[in-house]
Amino acid sequence: MGHRDMPAAPATGLRQLVRVDALHKSYGAHHVLKGIDLEVMPGQKVSLIGPSGSGKTTLLRCINYLETPSAGHVFIDGHAIGERRHGDGWTSMSSSELAAMRANIGMVFQRFNLFPHLSVLDNVLLGPRKVQKRTGRELIDEARALLDKVGMDAKRDAFPEQLSGGQQQRVAIARALAMKPRLMLFDEATSSLDPELVGEVLGVMRKLAEEGMTMIIVTHEMRFAESVSDKVVFMADGKIVEEGEPRRIFHDAQAERTRAFLRAVLDH
Amino acid sequence: MALLNAWAHSLHFLPYFLRVLCVSAITTVVLTACAFWMAFVLGFVLALMRLSRHAAFRAIASVYLELFRNVPLLTQLFLLYFGLERIGLTLPAFVAATLGFGLNGAAMLSEVFRSSIVGIDRGQGEAALALGMTWPMALATVVLPQSMRIALPALANFGIGLLKDTSLASAVAVPELMFRAKMLVSETYQTNLIYLIVAAIYLLLSLVLSRVSAATEHGLGKRRAALS
Repeated sequence: MGHRDMPAAPATGLRQLVRVDALHKSYGAHHVLKGIDLEVMPGQKVSLIGPSGSGKTTLLRCINYLETPSAGHVFIDGHAIGERRHGDGWTSMSSSELAAMRANIGMVFQRFNLFPHLSVLDNVLLGPRKVQKRTGRELIDEARALLDKVGMDAKRDAFPEQLSGGQQQRVAIARALAMKPRLMLFDEATSSLDPELVGEVLGVMRKLAEEGMTMIIVTHEMRFAESVSDKVVFMADGKIVEEGEPRRIFHDAQAERTRAFLRAVLDH
Repeated sequence: MALLNAWAHSLHFLPYFLRVLCVSAITTVVLTACAFWMAFVLGFVLALMRLSRHAAFRAIASVYLELFRNVPLLTQLFLLYFGLERIGLTLPAFVAATLGFGLNGAAMLSEVFRSSIVGIDRGQGEAALALGMTWPMALATVVLPQSMRIALPALANFGIGLLKDTSLASAVAVPELMFRAKMLVSETYQTNLIYLIVAAIYLLLSLVLSRVSAATEHGLGKRRAALS
């Protein structure tokens, strides 16, 4: 990757792993993101919270360019994703360059999106095999170690349809980790799970956070967000209303909009 | 009594008919196979064009589809065989027929492929892209293996339909089953016996095709069920 897009390192000396810069996203007349600025430092865990339709998921999907921003940019480790600076303007990056950047960003989806035609082990192996062109015993051992980490090695020969939602999501996390990403995006990873299965997935995410993985987490699990995050970002109507340390957001929110949301979700 | 005599007389021809018709059935099978693969490959390309981001590709594919879907197959065959000949391009009958069935079949199969690709959840492609795959790679490793499974019954139906439709090639003098049968009829006037044999051969070939497709489908399902 070139160094053209690299911004000056901030005074702290540490460079942001993710920098979202004046991001807008519209679908026709529907303005979903209205100027988002966000920084995530290496090793940081950032939770995005807010009411449905606030743009959390869209923001997350812009970060790995599954959605194309209408304006603004996302920088991963200083490099703009999906775009290249071209003179004074920007042009789209080639699909292979984009793919190479995405390979460093793991994503976990609300609906798991495991590949139903592949076994659990093959789901985990597919990325390293096809994208990184890796083969051999070592790769399989690595994949099994990841499955073991999420408690799914015993089911490595099963197919996704034979697993519970919680099991599928744990496999999906292992699949994303197999690419050795520098950043993990979680898009409401527990929202489509039965309540009794939420814990096992949050447990895996918590373990990952403790290991120092950089994570951006869109979630409705407020207690999890509070205990695991370094930073909580509250979004409403396509804007960041307020962000800060979890304790401050959850117990001493400045904006009335934040307090109203937290009252509504915590008091039910 | 007269009827019995007539049948006895017919049976006398049986070995000769069987020999000629079985040989011509090979032409039918080869024609079907060639046209099927042409339709398969071209239909797949057309399906991708119809799903393309580029309006020009979509437009070309749509025009193709409407053109070939809405003109009778026999008319297309006549244009390819007799029409091209009039402008100095003489195609061998077999080639003209393969082209005709292939081009026409591609229009049918492009719809089968398109709907089977569209039928796969968007999240599948997105998960593949998120792993760092390019779109062609995601299509080949994640989307198509699933959509082919959906397309299989329709592909088999198409194959069986095609096998029977190749009888139209007799109109442009391809020496396939129906063409040979007509010749035998004009040679011996054994209309009933000849067309009964022809019907039996088509029936047999179609049944073989549908058994093969059912076995393939079953095989795909069993591989997964065995692990449950």
